[in-house]
Amino acid sequence: MITALLRGVRLIGRLTVDGVWRLGAASRFMGIVLLRSVTTFRRFRLLIDEIYFAGTLSLIIIIVSGLFVGLVLGLQGYETLKRYGSAEAVGTLVALSLVRELGPVVSALLFASRAGSAITAEIGIMKSTEQLSAMEMMAVDPYARVMAPMFWGGFISMPLLAAIFSAMGVFGGYLITVVVIGVDAGAFWSQMQSNVDLRDDILNGVIKSVVFGGAVTAIAVFEGYDAPPTAEGVSHAVTRTVVTSALAVLALDFILTAFMFTGV
Amino acid sequence: MPPEQLVEFDHVDFSYNKTPLLRNLSIAFPRGKVVAIMGGSGSGKTTLLRLIGGQIRAQKGSVRFDGEAVETMSHAKLYAARRRMGMLFQFGALFTDLSVFENVAFPMREHLQLPEPMIRDLALMKLHAVGLRGAHALKPAELSGGMARRVALARAIALDPNLIMYDEPFTGLDPISMAVIANLIRRLNEALGATSIVVTHDVQESFKIVDYVCFLSHGEIVAQGTPEQMRASNEPYVRQFVDGHVDGPVRFHYPAGDYDADLGLGG
Repeated sequence: MITALLRGVRLIGRLTVDGVWRLGAASRFMGIVLLRSVTTFRRFRLLIDEIYFAGTLSLIIIIVSGLFVGLVLGLQGYETLKRYGSAEAVGTLVALSLVRELGPVVSALLFASRAGSAITAEIGIMKSTEQLSAMEMMAVDPYARVMAPMFWGGFISMPLLAAIFSAMGVFGGYLITVVVIGVDAGAFWSQMQSNVDLRDDILNGVIKSVVFGGAVTAIAVFEGYDAPPTAEGVSHAVTRTVVTSALAVLALDFILTAFMFTGV
Repeated sequence: MPPEQLVEFDHVDFSYNKTPLLRNLSIAFPRGKVVAIMGGSGSGKTTLLRLIGGQIRAQKGSVRFDGEAVETMSHAKLYAARRRMGMLFQFGALFTDLSVFENVAFPMREHLQLPEPMIRDLALMKLHAVGLRGAHALKPAELSGGMARRVALARAIALDPNLIMYDEPFTGLDPISMAVIANLIRRLNEALGATSIVVTHDVQESFKIVDYVCFLSHGEIVAQGTPEQMRASNEPYVRQFVDGHVDGPVRFHYPAGDYDADLGLGG
């Protein structure tokens, strides 16, 4: 009994120490990436390539998902609001749901699974095939040449993708409620215009997507760099990127929402 | 006047996870020579290359490159020193998303402020030196093992280094490719006036091209000299390598407990 208890305490201790150690390693890693970021902005081509890799290549999934989320929101919103005789407010409901919550969160989750996993896999494979070591031996700093551009590429892409997601969602809501169901187009747009606030709603949504973009990309880059140089190691790192990013996005969303919208 | 030895190890110790890889190692690599480092797996050969390149740092003693201690170099100084080194990795480590030409041009584009036509000419010259100018447009996935190794060699000499390090350059190659690589190592060393360190298991190929051989076992030097001296050596470790004996100082069996006991046959 006591042995089992001690084993449990030991396990908790080990997990805590490992967790803190990993957090420290990740912070140190990100510190170095940020310090070596000058090259990224001096050689703009590197940054453009990474924005294409993380952002442009994620466009299809973001556009299609945004459209479907908007269609569903429009349908659900219309059905609910109709019961209270305020079906015209469906535009406001769709827009607020998207810019405040669903746009940043869902696009961050999609971004983690599409771009985050690709970033981790690319860095992990570069490490396991000694490409990063080769770069170091060519006197080219992999932090400056690979990690920093990837981080900034993802960081810049994420808010843009979230904005596109929200825009597509609003368009989807418009399609289903105005074009298909027949809600008045003027009411749809005017209600949205008068009830969505630039600072309280849109700006806060943008802040969320910036924070999520930083978190997801930092996790993806670190996991790739930290992956054991084996096929199994890289595959585990990719899984960790998606899982950790999803949990981080949801936890950060709660914290940010508490501060932004409930006045905590 | 520059020191006679380009690289020197002075009583170097290095351990990984409490496993000693190099113990009190002292060795020097003279300028202009090709030196082979030989030894069984885990004898510390690759560690030696990584210490010279500053990818890991000596825990005791000093590794000097051109008279300067690598372990105390600043980040900028270390990168400046690496510009004077070239390294051929075991499986080439080519950038898989770049073409053969782009791989060779990569270090030039990173370090030399040269116009693009000049970089093109230089990269093609390096590829011509390894016989692969005609393959410049191919991707690494389209190359055979031997070709990939030659492209990596062209990339390693892109900046005309003073020191070229080879990590198992003959591994997994057919006899023709092996002879081609061996020939290139010698020829390039002479053409560039460089110093070469070849980490290898391959006795036959390496003995044809090197000036000196050094045998490492468990992080210590067990024998060193010219290939002729090594062929004539009576040192059991050297004999096992030269004659290719299955068992000897390098054991065939990994250390294990009692065989009968493992099979449950003990009384």
